[in-house]
Amino acid sequence: MSIKIALAGNPNCGKTTMFNDLTGSSQYVGNWPGVTVEKKEGKLKGHRDVTIVDLPGIYSLSPYTLEEVVTRNFLINEHPDVIINLVDGSNMERNLYLTTQLVEIGIPVIIALNMMDVVKKKGDVINVKKLSEALGCEVVETAAVKGIGSKEVAEKAYTMAQTKTRTVPQHSFGASVEKAIEEIGNLSRSFVPSEFARWYAVKLFERDSKVLEELHFTKEAQDQIKATIAACEAEADDDSESIITNERYNYIGKLVTKCLHKKNPGMTVSDKIDRIVTNRWLALPIFAAVMFIVYYVSVSWLGTIVTDWTNDTLFGEIVQPAVGSWLTAVGAAEWLNSLIVDGIVGGVGAVLGFVPQMFILFFFLSILEDCGYMARVAFIMDRIFRKFGLSGKSFIPLLIASGCGVPGIMASRTIENEKDRKMTIMVTTFIPCGAKLPLIALVGGAFFPGSPWVAPAMYFMGILMVIISGIILKKTRLFVGDPAPFVMELPQYHIPGAKGVLIHMWERGKAFIIKAGTVIFVACGLIWFLSNFSWSMQMVEQDQSILASIGHFIAPIFAPLGFGTWQAAVTTVSGLVAKENLVGTFGVLYGLADAAEDDPAMIGEFAALFTTVSAMSFMVFNLLCAPCFAAIGAIKREMGGWKWTLIALGYQTGLAYVVAFMIYQIGSVLVLGQAFGVGTAIAILLLAGILYLMFRSYKPKSEQSLKGARLEA
Amino acid sequence: MTLKDAKCGTTVTVTALNGGGAIKRRIMDMGITKGVQIFVRKVAPLGDPVEITVRNYELSIRKADAQNIEVA
Repeated sequence: MSIKIALAGNPNCGKTTMFNDLTGSSQYVGNWPGVTVEKKEGKLKGHRDVTIVDLPGIYSLSPYTLEEVVTRNFLINEHPDVIINLVDGSNMERNLYLTTQLVEIGIPVIIALNMMDVVKKKGDVINVKKLSEALGCEVVETAAVKGIGSKEVAEKAYTMAQTKTRTVPQHSFGASVEKAIEEIGNLSRSFVPSEFARWYAVKLFERDSKVLEELHFTKEAQDQIKATIAACEAEADDDSESIITNERYNYIGKLVTKCLHKKNPGMTVSDKIDRIVTNRWLALPIFAAVMFIVYYVSVSWLGTIVTDWTNDTLFGEIVQPAVGSWLTAVGAAEWLNSLIVDGIVGGVGAVLGFVPQMFILFFFLSILEDCGYMARVAFIMDRIFRKFGLSGKSFIPLLIASGCGVPGIMASRTIENEKDRKMTIMVTTFIPCGAKLPLIALVGGAFFPGSPWVAPAMYFMGILMVIISGIILKKTRLFVGDPAPFVMELPQYHIPGAKGVLIHMWERGKAFIIKAGTVIFVACGLIWFLSNFSWSMQMVEQDQSILASIGHFIAPIFAPLGFGTWQAAVTTVSGLVAKENLVGTFGVLYGLADAAEDDPAMIGEFAALFTTVSAMSFMVFNLLCAPCFAAIGAIKREMGGWKWTLIALGYQTGLAYVVAFMIYQIGSVLVLGQAFGVGTAIAILLLAGILYLMFRSYKPKSEQSLKGARLEA
Repeated sequence: MTLKDAKCGTTVTVTALNGGGAIKRRIMDMGITKGVQIFVRKVAPLGDPVEITVRNYELSIRKADAQNIEVA
């Protein structure tokens, strides 16, 4: 018999730690169907027939957030055999609020009263027996961080599943509410499975939109339900949703007074830490210092050392030559050798080179998250970032992206709100990454020799694009709606567990490696093929290749941007493999093999081909357009599907085109003194359009429809 | 008075919640219900959001949302 056990609980209650403890290495991480909420499954250690599903961390089972809806649907539709409900013993009141909802569903529940080590250390005492009786389900004391109790809970849950123990909710609402729920229950009985009757009745009483959509009542039944709710609301002078929430918390309040004996309400260590870390004057300097350390170690210092080693030594000196000589030894054809060594090993190697660096970064991010500082980052930075539709936590992806966009995009995972996260992913690669610096250096060297402002100006432009995009996108249909308030828990600080941090780090790194093995692998092979073969399938130099002819074909697209040559087009396409390629490809196409960005011949060649304005436009386009395949892979991974990936890439490339167009058209008139033409007029219109999109006023639609729905109801 | 205007370091009691739908539900789900005591701990370094203690845990809430919470 196969058994399914669900782990449910609030965020920050130690759920992931327990999940890791119970399942070990048998985890499977994916997404819930159709959404970007992460889904984790694993087999219970010692029981191959028991699947454990880690549900998203949630505070309630309302119909308003994605995570909560995913959880509800899973519980109702897939009907796990038992729910293990993790309750943070050091924060019982809010945690038990979810419990009162879980026990109502009709699935057996067992409570893991977690963080008991913290509770005991504080000197608090919890009467587990009373708690268990009052909630109607078994309560086991655990301390997941120390591995205490997890096994016991799982074994008990396993037994419950086999004996089919039922959980009967012990709490009841006030008399009039119970009466209303009973009436609704009678009306809805024939529409819902009997074991879920109470759950549906309560949800119908709350006027839960998702449940109303799901059940198809007759007009009469609907009216009867409405009348029942209205009568109860009139009596309590409150809306039904609030009545239920209030009653739940009142019940818990009383329960906690009975079961919990607090030793002293003095300041905890966590409070003391928080006093300093989010202090009015110290918060920002501490924040800057923490960010500096993370950035310096994972991007500048250790990160560069390991990335260079992987790229130059591991792949450059060991893997590539070894594979090459092996292929020669077995007598492989020259083209095959080139495909494998240059195309695939070289391309994927360039991407895998980021892996060690990413592991270092994820190591830091895991620590920041686990210890509770990440929530404070959002607290400190919220004021600035929410103006652009981003989260306070978006600061970290953007900062990391100045080193490399790939870990930057992956770092967006710490942002809970889906819209904030998607927006962050879309704008992250506008910040110039390390691989784009050679291009900036080349343009700077060719047109603004000795000028110190080119690189800073490009960073500034990146930040500006993030801000402009945030303001514009926030008002589009993609991001409008969902007026979710920013009420965020600031969890207690604690020392992160080494095991948890390492698993966390490994999971994120692994996700990227898999991506590198699929999307990036294919893309690199394809670009290699296109740039080494002619239409007649002969191996040729790059300037005779299919890619070159594609370059000729697409070059006119770039003509309005001032660089409509096939070389510039091919260079731009080659940037998709890795932005480092931009300068190299350019060199190859002009017969300057092995030329670097500071080579005088290269600078001279470049200066001859472009004007100040078209070079600027070329650079800006390449900095803003779709990022390299590695970053595209990361975007796909984090967006959870092609739809949003394509929206992101389309937006980035579109914005790059518009900005480059404006620079070239307006710049030609202002800087080069050319005549005002049609292009200039279009550019000015585009500029006006952007300003309009930025400053137009808008009303979130869903807020209105929500109000409408309320009135109707 | 709303929670937005409550001074740092004071303890207030929630008297009513305004607004509706997702916002109100979310605020209530986090434990801010009628009659509950809220301790206003601090304001973020840039002036928003505020950090409060409610039901024995720490919560950060934007002033715009705090405006929906009437306190005494």
